[in-house]
Parts: sequence; C-alpha cells; structure tokens
Amino acid sequence: MAVDNKTVFDRPVALRDVVTHYCPGCTHGVIHRIVSEVLDELGLRERTCGVAPVGCSVLCYNYYNCDFMEAPHGRAPALATGFKRMRPDMIVFTYQGDGDLASIGMGEIVHAANRGEKFTTIFVNNAIYGMTGGQMAPTTLQGQVTTTCPVGRDTSMTGQPIRMAELLSALATPAYIERVAVHHPKYILQAKKAIRKAFRLQRDNKCYTLIEVLSTCPTNWGNTPGEATEWLDDNMMKYFPLGCYKDFQEDDSGS
Amino acid sequence: MAKVLMKGNEAIAEAALRAGAEGYFCYPITPQTEVAEYLSKRMPEVGGVFLQGESELAVANMLFGAASTGKRIFTTSSSPGISLMQEAISYMAGAELPAVIINIMRGGPGLGGILPAQSDYFQAVKGGGHGDYRVLVLAPSTVQEAVDLTMLSFHLADKYRNPVMLIGDGMIGQMMEAVEFPDDYQEPELPSSSEWAATGAEGREARIIKSLFLDPTGLEDNSWKLDRKYRQMIKEEVRSEKYKISKTNKVLIVAYGTMARICQTAIDELEEEGISVGLFRPISLFPFPEQEIFKEATKANIKSVLTIEMSTGQMVEDVQKVVQGKKPVEFYGRTGGIVPTPDEVKEQVRGIVSKKKTSGKSRKKT
Repeated sequence: MAVDNKTVFDRPVALRDVVTHYCPGCTHGVIHRIVSEVLDELGLRERTCGVAPVGCSVLCYNYYNCDFMEAPHGRAPALATGFKRMRPDMIVFTYQGDGDLASIGMGEIVHAANRGEKFTTIFVNNAIYGMTGGQMAPTTLQGQVTTTCPVGRDTSMTGQPIRMAELLSALATPAYIERVAVHHPKYILQAKKAIRKAFRLQRDNKCYTLIEVLSTCPTNWGNTPGEATEWLDDNMMKYFPLGCYKDFQEDDSGS
Repeated sequence: MAKVLMKGNEAIAEAALRAGAEGYFCYPITPQTEVAEYLSKRMPEVGGVFLQGESELAVANMLFGAASTGKRIFTTSSSPGISLMQEAISYMAGAELPAVIINIMRGGPGLGGILPAQSDYFQAVKGGGHGDYRVLVLAPSTVQEAVDLTMLSFHLADKYRNPVMLIGDGMIGQMMEAVEFPDDYQEPELPSSSEWAATGAEGREARIIKSLFLDPTGLEDNSWKLDRKYRQMIKEEVRSEKYKISKTNKVLIVAYGTMARICQTAIDELEEEGISVGLFRPISLFPFPEQEIFKEATKANIKSVLTIEMSTGQMVEDVQKVVQGKKPVEFYGRTGGIVPTPDEVKEQVRGIVSKKKTSGKSRKKT
C-alpha cells in the first residue's frame, strides 16, 4: 500500500543538527529554535549574519547555521552597527544575555537603539550571570540569591533591577520593542510571533527591533527545570511584564 | 595630479578614500578631529559610510563589525581614544580582520594634553591590548608620507588580514604641506575578501568570525599561526630611510616621525660646524629595522648612537636591544607636547663628540 508521507515537523535549516552545551531546563535552545524557524520561514538565512555575545550563548554560532561574528563582552550592538552600515542588504541580529546587554554593554545598546540601527536584538533575560556561575546581574530581582549577593540582592545598595524593554522604549527614535517568554507553549507562540515581526520589520528596513525574552537558569537559580518555570512565573513575570512596549507605526515621526 | 596644499589630517582622510576605504567610524578628539569633519562631507560624495559613534570603545567595535564584511574600513583617533580601542584591536587581531587605525598622538598619560607627542610607541609596538598579537605600525614624517603610508596601510591590512596602525604625532595631523595624490593608484593583487568575509551562507558553509578557542591546543595553534604571520611581516615589511649616513659620521641619530625631520635640520647645521652626523629613520616601527640599525650603529666610525624622541624614552629600549651594547646608546627626549628644537638636538650631539669617553648609559633630560 502506498503511503503518502508528508513532513509536518522538522529541524529548521538555520539550526544545525548538533548537541548544545546548555543545561537541562535552560530556554536558550527554545529561543534558538524560534529564531531559526523565523529565518527559514522568511527566507533570510543565506543573507543573515548573527552576532554572538560573551556569556552562556557565546557558542550559539555552533548551533545556528548562518554566518556569525563573536563580539567582545557587551559590544555586539556596535559590531552589528558597523556590519549593517556596510551591508544594509543583509540581515543582522545580536543575541545577548542580561549581563552582556544591560551591564557591560549598556552604552552600546542604548546608542544603537537610539540611532535606529536596522538590526534585531534577541535579549535573553534570565536575571543572572550564567557562564561565570551565577553572579548578580543588573536584572537580578530584589532579594534574589546569587553568588555575589549570597543573602539576596539588597536594592538599597545595588539599585533596582533594570527593565530594559521599558528603558529603551523611552527613546524617541522609532523602534519595535516587545517582551516575551518561552516557558509555556502559549508564550512560545507569542514569542515567535514577536520575533517574526522583528525580522520582518528589519527585512523591510523599517526600524530597530528588540525582543526581550524572559528565560530560565535552573542551574544557577539552584532549582529544578520545573521549579525554574514556576519561579519565572511567580517572580520575573511580575517585575518584567510581558507585552509590546514600543510598536512601529508607518507614519512614526519619532514623537 | 598637481600638488595641493592640505592639512595633514585632511590629507590622511583623502588618502584613505583614494585607497578604497568604504567605511569610516569616528569619535571626536583633538588633535585629529579634522579627519572626521572632512569625511562627514566627503564620504557621502563617494557613496561610503560615515558614522560618528558614541565612544571610541563603540567605534573600534563598529570597525570590527564593518571589517567582517571584507570591505576597507578605518578609524582615526588620538592617544586616550586609542587606549579605549585596544580591546577591539586585540579581538580583530585574534579573528584575523584587516583594519586601519590612525593615531595622531598627543601627550599622556591620562588626559595628558593636546599637543604633539610620541609617547604611544610602547602601546602601538608592544601590543596595547591583551594576548599574543602584533599590529603593523607605520610612522610618517611628512604630510606626503602620511598620504603614502595611509594608502599602503590598507594594502598591508588586507595582505596580512591584520590591524595596521599608522602613528603620527599631532604635528603631522595639524601642519599644512603640499601633497600629491597618485593619479592611477595601483597595488599588488591580493586574494579576494570573499574567501573569508561574512557575506551570508548562500551556497557555502556558514562562516564564524571569532577569536575564542576554549581548547588550549586550538588557542596555541592559532597563536603560532598568527606568529608566523608576524614573522612574515618582519621578513617583508621593514621600512626605513637614511639621511647623510657616511663614513665620516661620528654620531648616528635614530629618530622617527616629526622628530626625525627636526634632526635633519640639526644635522645640516652641524655639518656646517664640521660635525658629521647620520640619521636612521625607522618608518615601520613594527617590524622594527633591527638589522639595518645594527649595521649602521656598529660601524667603526660611529662613536655613539643617539636616540631622540618626543617621549621620556620608549623606542630607545629597542635601539639599545638592537645595538647589543656594542656602542653607547644615548637618549634625549622632550615630552608633554614640547617638541625639541634643532638647537637642542645640536647641543646633545656636541656634548657627545666633545666627551673623550661616553658613559654608555642613556642620558635623560632632567
């Protein structure tokens, strides 16, 4: 009997068939997959250059199947700027964690966004430094325990966690900025929609685009993957509300 | 084409365009800001990219990203700004990217001053950033030479896929001289950047431009691979000029950039007094003209070698190393933006030739 085989699910071409180094329960893999699906669906992979950060996802160029540059810590938006200015016909995205983007790279991200550079930033916020073993990040929540705030983050001494989507949305330059999550299927669908929109806007040369993705780090949060999902729900979602913080309007004059 | 009167900074900017630079990234800092002002008008005329970044830190990393496209790109800055760029220069050397970085040096350390100095020799020649790497360093002594070496810098950056640094002092950037740009600039053919640049993975494997090697054997292999490139530079890229070197010389002056030019005037005037002095001027500071200096310094007629710099003594350490104690190596320097006059140079030479025996130690100004 003839079988009518039809592929309904496959690995995106923009994602390599390799094992990643990410810990169990970490959502980097989900985010990589979403970005890869979008690159495939929009047919952008062959003219895309990614920019890897310093942090857990420094090796993401081993997992994505497109050209990549590896930036110094925090400088991915500057590399993306230089690249995109020279090759406006290409698609450029930075993939950055919260230490990389909101701490050491604060200057570069604010100015790239304010210049309205036509690239996309995937900002993975897991409220901690992952690669170096769980230190306090600019996004670490009040009272959250890390190896450099072992009794919990004291915001009277270290300030409040920085809400990057809100901060960058305060800039007058047109942009598309949305915060999403990927720890439940319904959030994954919303995240993909936002990431797809960001790359579409870039493809159409419209504006700077940044998608902040709330992410888990069970290893450094000191809990199981399941508990990490609950912790993100109970804590991060409250302080970092999901939603579109700045939408691009065709007639957006920057006001 | 006919000669035109141009300020050094503007001549450097125009030379970069003539060499095919398609992108320029900058941050204002005295005494080189005229390059940025000039290119803010000229780059759009030639369809290139001009971008003023938010800091030298960002600018150097924009250069890194722009270099990854395989197009010719450059930046200019001055001493404190160049310090901020060292991170990206190290990364670019590690990732084997061509870039031209021009330092119109001012006095340091710290904020220092805005007047000409040569006190960034160590930074340029000995590394500046972290890790086992070198940048090719060229030092012009006239505005015309700044033009010629700027154009050469782009070729060498591509040839070696490595950052090239041109260091001129504030005098080179600020003075006006007649310069000539070549009518039909030609350079030896090089492999296309499409062999290595990030141009999109259409019809080929994806490329990764990186400097991370977590496996120590991989990092060591890469470091030795880079080193082989630096050895090739030492073999092929030594550049220097001699002035009035003869068997009658009693003293051999070693100086570069503006300082060498001032020494030429002093040497001409000393000749009239009957004191014969030769000048050896390194044009490439890395690679340093070691064999050439050794050969000239150790000739029987040379009583002493005199290194003169607009610093408290940096290149003199390399001259001492090269001369290997076979002749005394004296030093004279002014710094902080003070440029030695020909009279000061003459006084130093007279002091050396009038002494029956030289101390053999470097004699610093106090």
